[in-house]
Amino acid sequence: MGVAAKKITVGKVLIYFFTTMAAAFCLLPLLLMVIVSFTSEQAIVHNGYSFFPAELSLDAYKTLFENGAEVARCYINSVGVTAVGTILAVMVTSMASYSLVTPTVRYRNGIAMFFFITMVFNGGMVPWYMICNKVGLTESYLALLIPNLIFSPFNLFLVRNYMREIPISLMESAKLDGANDGQIAFRIYFPLCKPILATVGLFYGIAYWNDWWNSIMLVSNSKMYTIQYYLMKLKSDLNFMRNLQGGGIGGGFPPSESLQMATAVVTIGPLILLYPFLQKYIVKGLVIGGVKG
Amino acid sequence: MHKKKYTLLTDIRRNKVAYAMLIPAALYTIIFGYCTIPYMVIAFQKFSYKKGIFGSDWVGLSNFRFFFGSQDAGRIIANTLKLNLLFIFFTIVAAVALAIMINEIRNRHFKKVAQSTYLLPYFLSWVIVNYILYGIIGSKYGLLNRVIEFFGGTAINFYNAPQYWTIILVVAKVWKDLGMNTVIYLATLVGFDDELYDAAAVSGATRWQMCWKITLPMLMPTVIMLGIMSIGKIFYGDFGMIYALVGDNGVLYNATDVIDTYVFRLLRTTGNPSQAMAVSLFQAVMGFICVWGTNYIAKKKFEEGALF
Repeated sequence: MGVAAKKITVGKVLIYFFTTMAAAFCLLPLLLMVIVSFTSEQAIVHNGYSFFPAELSLDAYKTLFENGAEVARCYINSVGVTAVGTILAVMVTSMASYSLVTPTVRYRNGIAMFFFITMVFNGGMVPWYMICNKVGLTESYLALLIPNLIFSPFNLFLVRNYMREIPISLMESAKLDGANDGQIAFRIYFPLCKPILATVGLFYGIAYWNDWWNSIMLVSNSKMYTIQYYLMKLKSDLNFMRNLQGGGIGGGFPPSESLQMATAVVTIGPLILLYPFLQKYIVKGLVIGGVKG
Repeated sequence: MHKKKYTLLTDIRRNKVAYAMLIPAALYTIIFGYCTIPYMVIAFQKFSYKKGIFGSDWVGLSNFRFFFGSQDAGRIIANTLKLNLLFIFFTIVAAVALAIMINEIRNRHFKKVAQSTYLLPYFLSWVIVNYILYGIIGSKYGLLNRVIEFFGGTAINFYNAPQYWTIILVVAKVWKDLGMNTVIYLATLVGFDDELYDAAAVSGATRWQMCWKITLPMLMPTVIMLGIMSIGKIFYGDFGMIYALVGDNGVLYNATDVIDTYVFRLLRTTGNPSQAMAVSLFQAVMGFICVWGTNYIAKKKFEEGALF
């Protein structure tokens, strides 16, 4: 680029200005949430939410860790469901993908179509809800694990497209050596597919962690609430109380503004911790799988 | 001796293990995919949970007549289409502009940090976004109202004012999806041949001209493809988003109610599965036509653009 690139031009200044503004647009709302969670309740009541609170405080987090048995239980539910669900989902997806690239399976394209059709045409939420009831997927952890989340054809095609790039001679020579499809899949194919399995694992993991649909539709026992559903219910209960009492909240001890935000912040904790991986593998996966999926 | 026909059964017999590995995914697809299709008949019934889909009384098209005869139909269909079109348009414009600008930046660190920042909201759930939104537009403590008051205005109770919600939803959507879309376009841009730019530079083109004459045209196929794919899904409202942000706040329905939230209410609040199914069936058929139609266009325009 040489000298020309070093010159400061109006265009360059504008580009840096707009890209920085966009970054602020994305980051500041999140930052507000974090700051509010560290703001003392008085400061919020007097001045509202602010990036520059009058008084900082750890009270919200203290309350959360001392009296947060309910939050903790929901959090553990979410962690458990996410961990188990992600592992199962990746297994289900990768095993099916292997079958779809095995050349001796002559009906593989038909089977791919079989998976694809329900992606574009299905009965929607009404039959889905009835079927979940019919097969007994309600009021249990299985109801949080299986419906909706454990398998996505989109991820199936992502993994299949990746597996197609593996030289077929590998499979053929392993078969000559007497290995069966299960051994080939688990010992050769899956280890070779680690990057794409990481990608779909993260897709599944985020879907599980962020899910509240299964909770709202299938679970009414508050012991099984996930953290997302807890947060959602908390908000709507508070709104309900506010409407009922015309502004003031009386009776009981609804969580303070900062406590609500602290709970929300704690909920995004794992995402922030995993963020470097998320970014790396999701971007990679998108490039590999193409936008087409 | 006649040769046996090669059927699915032959295929299964010869590839027992491979087929066994398909079972979980196939079971899932059959139960939650294919088994939903026969249930569609309840749209033509007065469904009762006791009698089931075989025993319930048939009522012909009355569920459809009821829906299309109500004022809800026009409102929720219009809202679904309007919101989706706005989402698609603004996300694409913002993401393309941002991708082109990021592509012009030579500072690798800045590029990386910027991209990471844009992508962050994508991973949050809409429930969390609702908390953030409340922090901004909440009537009592919200940041925006404090800014309005600071400049001498009167605070607005946004949760009571549907007229603002189209724009609120569009901003929230762009906020969440901007990063992912920008990354997709950037991934497309990375594949471009540098020689083109070098040649353009040699013949005296400015960066600005290169943007318009090289970068933008090369991005267009991806833009159009993603746009077409989104239009294929135009009859499906973003339930997760709208229910998380609006919930059961009936005051806002005029601006925010979409087909999916309406079906959800019919099913869970009103408790009328037959009507819910009728609306849902209408959506599924329109949705299928859109996917099929857009795929047909994609196939004609670019060979690799089609889904099937």
